[in-house]
Amino acid sequence: MSRFVNRFTVPLAIFAVLVVVFAIGIKDSPDKDLIPSPLIGKPAPAFALPSLTDPGRKVTSAQYRGHWYLFNIWGTWCIDCRIEQPMLLRIKQTGIIPIVGLDWKDDPKDARSYLKQAGDPYQSIAVDQDGAEAIMWGAYGAPETFLVNPEGIVVYKRIGPITERAWAQDILPRLPLTSTPDAASSS
Amino acid sequence: MRHRAASILIAVLAASLLLGSSSVHAIAYTQMPTPQLEARYLHLIRNFRCMQCQDESLADSPVDLAAEMRRHIRDMLLAGKTDQQIRDFMVSRYGYFILFKPPFVAKTAWLWLTPGAVLLVGVIAALVIIRRRAVLVASDPQDDDLTDA
Repeated sequence: MSRFVNRFTVPLAIFAVLVVVFAIGIKDSPDKDLIPSPLIGKPAPAFALPSLTDPGRKVTSAQYRGHWYLFNIWGTWCIDCRIEQPMLLRIKQTGIIPIVGLDWKDDPKDARSYLKQAGDPYQSIAVDQDGAEAIMWGAYGAPETFLVNPEGIVVYKRIGPITERAWAQDILPRLPLTSTPDAASSS
Repeated sequence: MRHRAASILIAVLAASLLLGSSSVHAIAYTQMPTPQLEARYLHLIRNFRCMQCQDESLADSPVDLAAEMRRHIRDMLLAGKTDQQIRDFMVSRYGYFILFKPPFVAKTAWLWLTPGAVLLVGVIAALVIIRRRAVLVASDPQDDDLTDA
């Protein structure tokens, strides 16, 4: 009996430990499409970029100091952004939070005509034609949306289109209670 | 004479084919003003992960985002930033995931220490087994199980 224990218990124990380690590794392996942003809890990048709708004007982070806002990175070339568009329009209708757009690597003319046709959910839109600003935000795809608080701190990042569920479960609960949570669905 | 013309033609065709295909695959790196900067630039972009083609480095990835990141790194180099400052910037925006070689920090300590620990356990186990076996063989030479192993 003791010989049996000596011979098989150690390899079996090692095997069991490996199974547990690999099981945890597989279960917790990060979804490579959803890489957590190191910006969460940190100040959002300061920006001052030309406005898409009013090229003489600038869209700046300073204008949003003291306000909650959603920073939405999009482009007319991005299919998922078109899928997200109706949801952004609904968010605009609630009046709960302004959406600042970053028109990423796009032809401003295309962007303007697209918004005229599909509807414009943005309070203001900054132009990032060469893609330099998106790197500041650590963006690696579109759409990506950052929730920024009045102190200018990023509190949440959404990778991929904002869904009804993401809005109700991830964004609304992070906003101060003064805004009515039911407003989103009543639009 | 005819032969020669034909072979020249083939050579030209082959050369244009080679050149053509290489221009399709090659990534147009920007030239840095000095060989030192060029070497640092290449070393940096080979050690950052492309966030879109995640198993490729920024040096190898053909996607637009990688090109923009290479340009950004080039600009930082030209602005006189050190390699460490550039790495810190990339990590501050994209996280440790962008580094092909994970740094030694609290979160990754197990990753770096586990192989050494496993090796140590293995060496100790081997020593214990060898000693125990030597003792057993000496005291009980009839034990088949141990002598034929």
